[in-house]
Amino acid sequence: MSARKNILGRLRRAPVGDPAPLPELAAWRASRPPIADAASALALFRANIEAAHAEVHDTTAQDWPALLARLAAAKGVHTLLFGPTSLHGAQLAASKPAGVQLVPYDRPVEKWRDQLFDEIDASITGAVSAIADTGSLILWPDANEPRLMSLVPAIHFVLLDAQRIHIDLHAAMSAEAWATRMPTNALVISGPSKTADIQQTLAYGAHGPRELIVLLRHANGGQP
Amino acid sequence: MSQPVHFHAAADFADRSLAAVNDAGLRRNFRSAMDYLQTKRRAQFTDDGELELLRDLGQAIRRHALANLPDLLEQLEARLTANGVVVHWAETPAAANAVVLEIAARTDAKRFVKGKSMVSEEVGLNHALEAAGIEALETDMGEYIVQLAGEAPSHIIMPAIHKTRQQIGELFAARLPGVAYTENVDALISIGREVLRRKFAEADIGISGVNFAVAETGTLFLVENEGNGRMCTTVPRIHIAITGIEKVVAKLEHVAALNSLLPRSATGQAVETYQNFITGPRQADELDGPDEVHLILLDNGRSQAYADLQLRATLQCIRCGACMNHCPVYARIGGHAYGTTYPGPIGAIISPHLLGLDAAYPLVFASTLCHACVEVCPVRIPITDILIRLRNEAQARPGSADATLRGSGAGRKTLVSTIWRAWSLVYSRLRLYRLTSWFMSRGRALSPIEQGAWTRSRTPLVPAPKRLRDLIKERGK
Repeated sequence: MSARKNILGRLRRAPVGDPAPLPELAAWRASRPPIADAASALALFRANIEAAHAEVHDTTAQDWPALLARLAAAKGVHTLLFGPTSLHGAQLAASKPAGVQLVPYDRPVEKWRDQLFDEIDASITGAVSAIADTGSLILWPDANEPRLMSLVPAIHFVLLDAQRIHIDLHAAMSAEAWATRMPTNALVISGPSKTADIQQTLAYGAHGPRELIVLLRHANGGQP
Repeated sequence: MSQPVHFHAAADFADRSLAAVNDAGLRRNFRSAMDYLQTKRRAQFTDDGELELLRDLGQAIRRHALANLPDLLEQLEARLTANGVVVHWAETPAAANAVVLEIAARTDAKRFVKGKSMVSEEVGLNHALEAAGIEALETDMGEYIVQLAGEAPSHIIMPAIHKTRQQIGELFAARLPGVAYTENVDALISIGREVLRRKFAEADIGISGVNFAVAETGTLFLVENEGNGRMCTTVPRIHIAITGIEKVVAKLEHVAALNSLLPRSATGQAVETYQNFITGPRQADELDGPDEVHLILLDNGRSQAYADLQLRATLQCIRCGACMNHCPVYARIGGHAYGTTYPGPIGAIISPHLLGLDAAYPLVFASTLCHACVEVCPVRIPITDILIRLRNEAQARPGSADATLRGSGAGRKTLVSTIWRAWSLVYSRLRLYRLTSWFMSRGRALSPIEQGAWTRSRTPLVPAPKRLRDLIKERGK
């Protein structure tokens, strides 16, 4: 504990400077009002995440499993990882999608790590919400949909409710009261994995998914 | 895979920068990279009003964090501990490495994967691990490339910025078994992906840095584009994060504000691909994530900067690299010439605290004081004022009130300080000043032709034939 004591001691002995009050975020927030109508928010989210190389497909609460099966088949996906205990996971399993093998994430990663890394073509997870400003998806992985589902498979499908769009990360954190209930891991994902580390040339599929595909679930069967 | 140990900057900074400016290929690589990054940043900040508002906010958040640093560190530690994260404190690089080695020994860990972490470079973690027979593999594509080449990063955000794709293609072909030469970037990235994927699956321990640590919630915030950072913090059984004590912020919402500056200032992206908030290890019902999460809080000279109210602003830094991207000196000599973990303007003002001013003082003179770094800094660090202060420290008389830092006075030269002392003596006495200036203008023919560094690329300084006061007197006639 002496390193701790020494470091804190040095910091506490340092002179006290000008008062630095808790920063006022009001002016910044005032410059970022919520987008008035849901359609504009959605359009902005869509434009931004598509610019980041993600695909977005419109669907409904009933039709998305069939859309997922069609997209998976078109992309040559044979094995699709899903969370069997989530609501949408159960819906997907019940739909018995043709031509794709559903693999449940139902045991600790240690028990099947090699299979996860080598044999899974794609995954499907839900998103908590999304961010219009940066075209981002918010995921809170949990026991139903563990962290690696959105990272290891080469294709990541994400089911997003179209009405859950915030203007920016701060708006999402505030509306969803993150500070009072942080999960062990929260993620904000803005496109497929990428790198520009070789001569500033953008390449997708660095270590995470090569493709990020958003299934935008509209309420009441409505289309945008 | 060996990397050069930290070499101290003082010894041969001038030689290294001379070699760098004469390396046409290196000059080309940096020039195009800096132009690219500057253009991208500009495109992100098209609204000056928004930018200035955000910079004010970024500065206020960081200043608030520093003003309350000891309290926030204690709060961070308490929250993290309650969340199940083990917090370690390290005063020196050796102490930080010892923490990692202890964890490795206790768990019999032999394989490490590393996400990008400049603090791990600062402490020389890879060397400490190698010396203990542990493989520490860099997994950020740029870091992987420089590790494969046996080099150090030349930029804090884009480590392999000094290399062309042709050089990387040759490197891969030479060092990776069964890999043929290609200069196709997608193919090169795919090669890296395949090699490293297996390593993630097999690793015992993952190492990462931290972009911000949130005291309010006990959250470690990490950003990246590739997904290797998430691999390192999620797949291995143990995750060890290492960061400087200054990286703490008070509130979770401060992260949202700072991260609207960080990627836009750094690489000119609106946002990183992955923002990763880690608030604890795997819970009993979870199926993945590390069983153990550790945080190492490193001092290594930061408390020296903290103790001085002017130099404390150095610790506001959020490590975006915008100062180096806009620095005319960095753009011409590149990162390696500095010889320090952190190059460029921020490197020049932080390194004296990490290494001692005696080791780092040449860097504080490697600036034109053009102010470009100050103009782009997202948290408004007065970099040029701090550079001038450190120049004074470097030339201060040891033991005097102006010598306050470890290594102050190391840049003092007897001839130079004698000249300035004489000047100060003359300039503060009116009669002596008139007499001296009269002699100097009359004796101008005796001025030396060789005037050290000045005359290397300039004509010699010669006093005017008539003093200003003589000219004014003549005009009055």
